[in-house]
Amino acid sequence: MLAIFKREMRAYFTTSIGYIFLASALVISAVIFSVTTVLDSPPTADTSLYFSGLIFVLMIFLPILTMKSFSEEKKTKTEQLLLTSPVSTTQMVLGKFFSSFVMLAIFLALSLIFIIPLTFFVPEENSGPNGALVMGNIIALLLVGMSFIAIGIFVSSLTENQFAAIVITIVTILLFFVISLFNSFISVYAIRVVLDWLSIFSRYTAFTYGVFDISALFYYISLTGVFIFLTVRVFESRKYN
Amino acid sequence: MLEITNLVKNYGTKNAVDDISFSIKKGEIVGFLGPNGAGKSTTMNIITGYLSATSGTVTVGGKDIFKDPMGVKKQIGFLPEQPPLYVDMTVNEYLSFVYDLKSCRFNKKEHLKEVMEKVKVYDVRNRLIRNLSKGYRQRVGIAQAIVGNPDFIIFDEPTVGLDPVQIIEIRNLIRSLGKSHTVILSTHILSEVQAICDRVIIINEGKIVANEKTTDLNRTVGQSAKMKIKVAGPNKEVLNLLKGLQGILSVTTDGIREGDTYSYVLESTPSIDVRKIIFNALAARSWPLMGMENLEAELEDVFVKLIKSENEKGGK
Repeated sequence: MLAIFKREMRAYFTTSIGYIFLASALVISAVIFSVTTVLDSPPTADTSLYFSGLIFVLMIFLPILTMKSFSEEKKTKTEQLLLTSPVSTTQMVLGKFFSSFVMLAIFLALSLIFIIPLTFFVPEENSGPNGALVMGNIIALLLVGMSFIAIGIFVSSLTENQFAAIVITIVTILLFFVISLFNSFISVYAIRVVLDWLSIFSRYTAFTYGVFDISALFYYISLTGVFIFLTVRVFESRKYN
Repeated sequence: MLEITNLVKNYGTKNAVDDISFSIKKGEIVGFLGPNGAGKSTTMNIITGYLSATSGTVTVGGKDIFKDPMGVKKQIGFLPEQPPLYVDMTVNEYLSFVYDLKSCRFNKKEHLKEVMEKVKVYDVRNRLIRNLSKGYRQRVGIAQAIVGNPDFIIFDEPTVGLDPVQIIEIRNLIRSLGKSHTVILSTHILSEVQAICDRVIIINEGKIVANEKTTDLNRTVGQSAKMKIKVAGPNKEVLNLLKGLQGILSVTTDGIREGDTYSYVLESTPSIDVRKIIFNALAARSWPLMGMENLEAELEDVFVKLIKSENEKGGK
């Protein structure tokens, strides 16, 4: 697993996909940050709007990281090396998953730099950003991003076409988003509960208010687990075709 | 010891591999011979755990690929039909990745150096695989298979797409690997098996047609020798003369004609060298011999002969 993880990390920075992801995601989030805080009138240190925007940045940019993960291996037949090596399918999928997860963490760590100027430039009576709130949001983004990555890896295991992988991943994530919007129009309680469970975003909101929701933690971890499991199944079932 | 028993693989309704059984002893170089689509790759992919089988068993070193895939995969090095290379890595980086992937326990630097020297890619170790020629890529593919010194090495069509010089180099390399490993290779070229292998398993339409020592195969194939000659002279008379010669089994014209020169395909008894006889006979009639070449037995000829001899055995 470690071997695959290391290779993926290396590939992110030699094929420039990693730089493209970091640079473009940071630029877009910097714009969102500026518009929602320091350039807002009046300037504010309230980061809740910024963090809501970041989730869309992840939605669009994380699929860039995952689009290649298995589709390229399939196309160049390198997956044959992985699948005939003494490494289990689960280890193989986890190696890929963790490499994308580390990239996500690097992005979030770098994006924290934006917060620093808030403490200096925004004159406000309750002085600067709320540290706990920021940390809560970062953890929430890690959790949501983790499930996006799992979805992306799953989709890339289904196709050889990277472009198809990126589009289908974004559409799938959007579907999860749309589900939560539909929810307010549905009166049947049972359906609402199901849809609410499927909605990646309804749980996220609590974090942006600074509430740490332990059930959400389990939710995102299990959602990630489901997609990783499905990816493993894709490879296992392909053996029989 | 690698043992395959009653292996079946269906793709939908098609039988890609149809109830084959064989075993391979330690230290053998075994060739898997058959036309494209015969089931060679499928069988190899099953042995290496890339595909699952519909039924049957595969055991390698006493371990079952379906029950203990890790145990089997550790013993096998595999070069698939298309070498699984990450072209954005250098040779050294790639092999080092493979070393980690196989969780080998050697002195890494020394082991990789040894592997690279064995397949002669040490000089290009710092070059990106993307920039290597096809022959070098194939070598790196072979290097990847022998990292970790597995007992069994499986090569799927290792010489396809290479130029003649590269083919000879790769064949020599495989033969030298056969000294310290058990090697299984697939090919659709008869002469390749004859050049490299101790034993040949011929497979056609998913079934084993023959499983014998290469020397025995040569005897089956060599029961008659084929050659092609060109003679300038009257077609019918030359034909009659050739038919009457000692050691000639059959003569046919293949209809190719350049001026008054016709070409003929001869089958002769391998025990007699008919070349002198032909030359002398033609010289006596002053019909110039314009060309003479040996025809290699082709896979189709072998099939025809093998199936014929099987039928004869069955008839007795």
